[in-house]
Order: sequence, then C-alpha cells, then structure tokens
Amino acid sequence: MKKLKVLIVDDSSVMRKIVERSLRQAGLELGEVLEAGNGAEALVEVQKGSLDLILSDINMPAVDGLEFLKNLAGVESAKGVPVVMITTEGSEARVVEALSAGAKGYIRKPFTPDQVRERIAPLLGGAQ
Amino acid sequence: MSGIMSKASHVLVKPESSWKTILECATVEVFEMMANVHLDPEPSPEGVPSGDFTAMVGMAGALCGMTSIRCPRAVAARLAAAMLGEESTANPSAPEDALGELCNMVAGNFKSKISTLADHCLLSVPTVISGEDYTLQALQPVQSFVLALRHESEKIWVSLLVHE
Repeated sequence: MKKLKVLIVDDSSVMRKIVERSLRQAGLELGEVLEAGNGAEALVEVQKGSLDLILSDINMPAVDGLEFLKNLAGVESAKGVPVVMITTEGSEARVVEALSAGAKGYIRKPFTPDQVRERIAPLLGGAQ
Repeated sequence: MSGIMSKASHVLVKPESSWKTILECATVEVFEMMANVHLDPEPSPEGVPSGDFTAMVGMAGALCGMTSIRCPRAVAARLAAAMLGEESTANPSAPEDALGELCNMVAGNFKSKISTLADHCLLSVPTVISGEDYTLQALQPVQSFVLALRHESEKIWVSLLVHE
C-alpha cells in the first residue's frame, strides 16, 4: 500500500493535528504530512509537487480555502491531486462554491474517522 | 464571503424554545465525534457557569449572538488529550486551543441543524478567556440558552446568547 503525501491546510494548528489523527484513525497509510496555515502557504507547498491529497479548511485568514482552490487551477503540480474541503459551517452555498471551483469532496465538522475514510478513499484511485 | 453576509443581513431568525434541545444535541454530537467523550446533560442544572477556561464564538447575520463553552482547566486538558493524543502534552496551549475548536464546531453544528440559519449566519474565530473572575454582559435584549453537561465528575457549561 502506497504511503500518502498529504497537505493539511487550516489556520488552527490544533485542527491540523486533529485532521491528521483522523486520517490515521481512518486507516489511511500516511507518509509525509505537510501543514499550511492559509491558502498562500499551501500554494507554496503544492508548487513543490508530489502530493497525493490536499485537505483544506474553507474559512481562513489571508487567503481562504475558496481562493486557494481557484489559485490551484493554474498550478501544474496540482493537476490530478484531489482536494477535499473541511468546513465547520453548515452553508450549502460555500460547499457548492468549493465543488464548482474544483474540490472533489467535502467533510463537515464534526466528523468521525469512518466518515473521513468514506469521503477520501474513493478519491485515491485504489491507492488505499 | 461578502455575498453570504449580504444575504445573511436580510433574514432575521427569531430564537425558539426548541433551540435548547438542538444546542444540547449539537454539543453532545461534537464531543462524541471529535473527542470520543460522552456528555450527560443535566436536566435542571444548579449554580451558574463556572470554570477557568471559557471559549467563545460570535455569530452574525440572521442570528446575532455568541456560543460559549466554560469548564475547568483540567477538563480542557483532558479534552485536548482525547482530541490530540500525545501531541497535547507537547503543546502548552493545547487545552485552550482544543476548547476553542470544540466551541467553533458546536456553534457550526448548531446552526447547520437549523435550516434558516445554515446559509445565513457567520461564525467568528474562537476566543478563549482564562480566569474565573469576570462577568460577561451582553447588550439587551438577549435570550439565553444555558446547558450543563456532566463529563465524569465535572460540569461543562454551554451557553448560547441571542440578541433579539
């Protein structure tokens, strides 16, 4: 089983750790786990290449998750990398906006490891 | 963001008595799913909210108010350990950060359970106050929903203040 290189984007360092822990509890084999505190920092990580998965919060200071998604459109190293949005808010409008901007799925907080696996495993093309 | 705010400002939602049950349900769900912690609601809580950590999340738009969670530091530390595992001991601010995130998720989960709020109410980033000796005074008129939930032998207080 391939170990995944994952980027977790959230302005809360606690939430980034919680997401990473949930991915492990969901049974996903993680290799390198990169973190970014907003969309601008995340873009720098994406440009370094070789990511398997990106999980991003929507509400963040500076460059938020939706802006980050839009910026990804022009980045060669982001092609084929699934992006899953994580949101606290129950706003359908924001979820629809994220999916239209290229997100492959979303996870609403609170979530269980099972829900994380259910949403993410199908996006990994049998890698997990 | 601005589009959602402008939509939010046109729809005002009045608080209903059922919100107390919805808040309780939203809280229990968040603690169970994110911290694997079971909370037992107290039907008739005695006393007033206390504890040396208070996390607060502001709400604006169709509902203007604030969600808060108050508990002793030791409880916040246990919650952080449940959410983060060993990471919680390496980070001295983990208890308050974890409580802030829980408050954020309770507020978000609460509003997502009320269809008229979901798309029309925005949340602030969480703020955490440390210390017991303070009084919180909201601008009147305000309606409050206050819950006490038991975690082991300690109480966790959850409040929703809504400007009417």
